[in-house]
Amino acid sequence: MKLLYFAWLKQKIGTGEEDIPLPDGVTNVGALVSWLKAQGPGYGEALEDLSVIRFAVNQEFVDLDHALAEGDEVAIFPPVTGG
Amino acid sequence: MIRVQRGNFDVGAEMAAMSGRNIGALSSFVGLVRGEDGDESVGAMTLEYYPGMTEKKLAEIEAEAHKRWALEDSLVIHRYGRLEPGEQIVLVVTASSHRQAAIESCAFLIDWLKTSAPFWKLEERKNGADWVKARESDDAAAEKWSVKK
Repeated sequence: MKLLYFAWLKQKIGTGEEDIPLPDGVTNVGALVSWLKAQGPGYGEALEDLSVIRFAVNQEFVDLDHALAEGDEVAIFPPVTGG
Repeated sequence: MIRVQRGNFDVGAEMAAMSGRNIGALSSFVGLVRGEDGDESVGAMTLEYYPGMTEKKLAEIEAEAHKRWALEDSLVIHRYGRLEPGEQIVLVVTASSHRQAAIESCAFLIDWLKTSAPFWKLEERKNGADWVKARESDDAAAEKWSVKK
């Protein structure tokens, strides 16, 4: 699956994009977040407060209980501030 | 029409290019980079976006505006990259036969865009660069159009 990070999440994690196989036992976005938090201090810090994070799967906004499949594009980013 | 671009835009030329058989009203909104926030001066800002999803969300809201109002034409241009105070960031133009549809749909488009289109602003301030935080007032402005996000 493809993971994308934007804004300060990209800075804290240290990359904007990575390709990983869908981890064993990860069935939804919430489980992916828990798995990512264990991947290093940058991830842990970036994903600490989920109230300031939004998720998109295949370019649609989703909640933490959204199911994941191999090949999904998952984006993790702060609330948007354009305009 | 939706455009996400690095370069500037010419408001007059873009408005003149709106096309439709019976345009009686054009409404526009232009967003600029502010040079101050309260007492504090703010430098340039850098806009990041999500190529693919940003265009998709902008196209969705434009389609929603066309469903709600009788529009002849519409345009949303949003810039990305580093922009100095005073520079143009975003342009919304709506064209309709009558003023009410043009004005209301223009307000709807910018309100919805601010809370649903993936853009993020990094502001340069005295003590370093800071990501702009989302504002509850923007959520409230979008909410008044009862839009599902």
